[in-house]
Amino acid sequence: MKKRLAFWSILLKDMKTYYIKPPNISWGIVFPISWTLMFFIRSAGEVDVRGILPGVMALSILFGTTSMLAVTITFERKKRSFERLLLAPISLNLLMLAKTTGAIVFGIINAFVPVLFASFMIDLSGINWVSTFISVVLIAVTSTFLGLFIAVSVSEVFEAQTFSNFFRFPMIFLCGLFIPIEKLPVMVRPLSYVLPLTYGADMLKFSVNNNGFIPLWASLLALVGYSIGLFLISTHNIQKRWIY
Amino acid sequence: MKIINVKNLSKSFGDFPAVKEINFSVEKGEVFGFLGPNGAGKTTTINMLTGLARPTSGKITISGQDGVKDIKKVQQIIGIVPDESNLYEEMSGFENLVFCASLYGMKKEHREKRARELLAQFALDDTGNRPFKAYSKGMKRKLTIAAGIIHKPEILFLDEPTTGIDVKSARQIRELIKVLNDKGTTIFLTTHYIEEAERLCRRIGFIVNGKVIKVSNVNDLMREAQQENVVEFTIDQTSAALKNSLLDNFPEITIKKVSDHNVRIGSAEKIELMPFMNFFDANGVKISEAKIIRPSLEEVFVQITGIEINKLQIEKEGKKK
Repeated sequence: MKKRLAFWSILLKDMKTYYIKPPNISWGIVFPISWTLMFFIRSAGEVDVRGILPGVMALSILFGTTSMLAVTITFERKKRSFERLLLAPISLNLLMLAKTTGAIVFGIINAFVPVLFASFMIDLSGINWVSTFISVVLIAVTSTFLGLFIAVSVSEVFEAQTFSNFFRFPMIFLCGLFIPIEKLPVMVRPLSYVLPLTYGADMLKFSVNNNGFIPLWASLLALVGYSIGLFLISTHNIQKRWIY
Repeated sequence: MKIINVKNLSKSFGDFPAVKEINFSVEKGEVFGFLGPNGAGKTTTINMLTGLARPTSGKITISGQDGVKDIKKVQQIIGIVPDESNLYEEMSGFENLVFCASLYGMKKEHREKRARELLAQFALDDTGNRPFKAYSKGMKRKLTIAAGIIHKPEILFLDEPTTGIDVKSARQIRELIKVLNDKGTTIFLTTHYIEEAERLCRRIGFIVNGKVIKVSNVNDLMREAQQENVVEFTIDQTSAALKNSLLDNFPEITIKKVSDHNVRIGSAEKIELMPFMNFFDANGVKISEAKIIRPSLEEVFVQITGIEINKLQIEKEGKKK
């Protein structure tokens, strides 16, 4: 009971302090619009909205979650208010789950903003919504824990943003979001399979357009594995670096 | 009864030993002062006691529990006020207190009631709805202390509670520390204001270069530091002739002129006042005051650590800014 109370308090505090703020809300709307517009401009008005939807959804989650973690963790660490949480009588795992749940929820909401826009432009029938939601949740969890890994590896917010880009931008091009993996140079392809978003994007492609190429179970296992791995590495790093 | 017991506690950062096999204990219900210059190992020790750092070796027992293995249980009964006011800038004073209480599992009605009580106790009830970032330094410090005691801890760790704040707030905080201690809270205090430690602490531990070099009762420290008995007389005149005459009549004493009207008489033996009163009277010297001079804790600190107080304060104030 006490642990549950602490968990909810940290989550609600983060939601109120960081997530439900006009800049974040507008960012969640502007980001997917910008990506969609970019494809419109590139394709001179003829764009396969449904084709790019999984990619825009995945990127909205990726950028949303990793950016927020840089603030909610790195910024609090810098201000020393994070010490207050480390000194509270709650386990590190529970604390980090509370700190990351806000980003996961933010990522999930971000993912459905482009879906909402798309619903005004195209017919969304035929989408497997259950599978889509599961895919979105898994991508949000994995991206959040990637953001956590980045946030605990640096000490400044700007470092977190720079380090995030080191992962984010290669993912845009290597995860098959907009360029199919089979069209990438052979030398680069192994890299694609190392990046977690490859599996998330493929799950979304299956769910939205039924055109993924990695078996669903394999993607699901990969994302769960990445999530657990990144979370364990991050908490280990906190134990090592912050509880020195 | 020992509430904190530290045995052979060490902490190294790579090859650098920050804390070297220290031993000390804190009695239940006392105010224990932990003094030392910058870089002596005070903060590292507090971090180990509160769970922000893991000891390299040694043992910590807090309220009968292993302070390393069972640190989460220990954190339930301790309160920590760090040297910086580290509450959440965007949240109001009231929200900050309620949030801190929730980390200790306090129920909604209970934590809101306690937050209101503390805001009133710390004279912050009028500003409880203001965001923390709008508070003055003194108010921030008081709210940080209130957050540290929101769950009524048995032991309160206070790291430099009055550094960098105005005199009025500092006085209020010292009063609050006394009230808390009177109510039974054990206080572990680090401060560079020696007079604050002298006023508040029953016992003091001195740490220098990672080693606890002395732990003692404040009165015992003063007694040990008093190398001779000293009485200062305030008189209407001083002269070389008077000094010589004093030495002729009392050959066992030492004399030090402090000012044109103050003279200090020292002796290895206890000083009887009457012979001196009679002497001054016989020589037509009027006495307006006679007082026993005891060494201050500041002098004891300098004697034990070899650190000049001014240097210590300048370092600390500079760090705060």
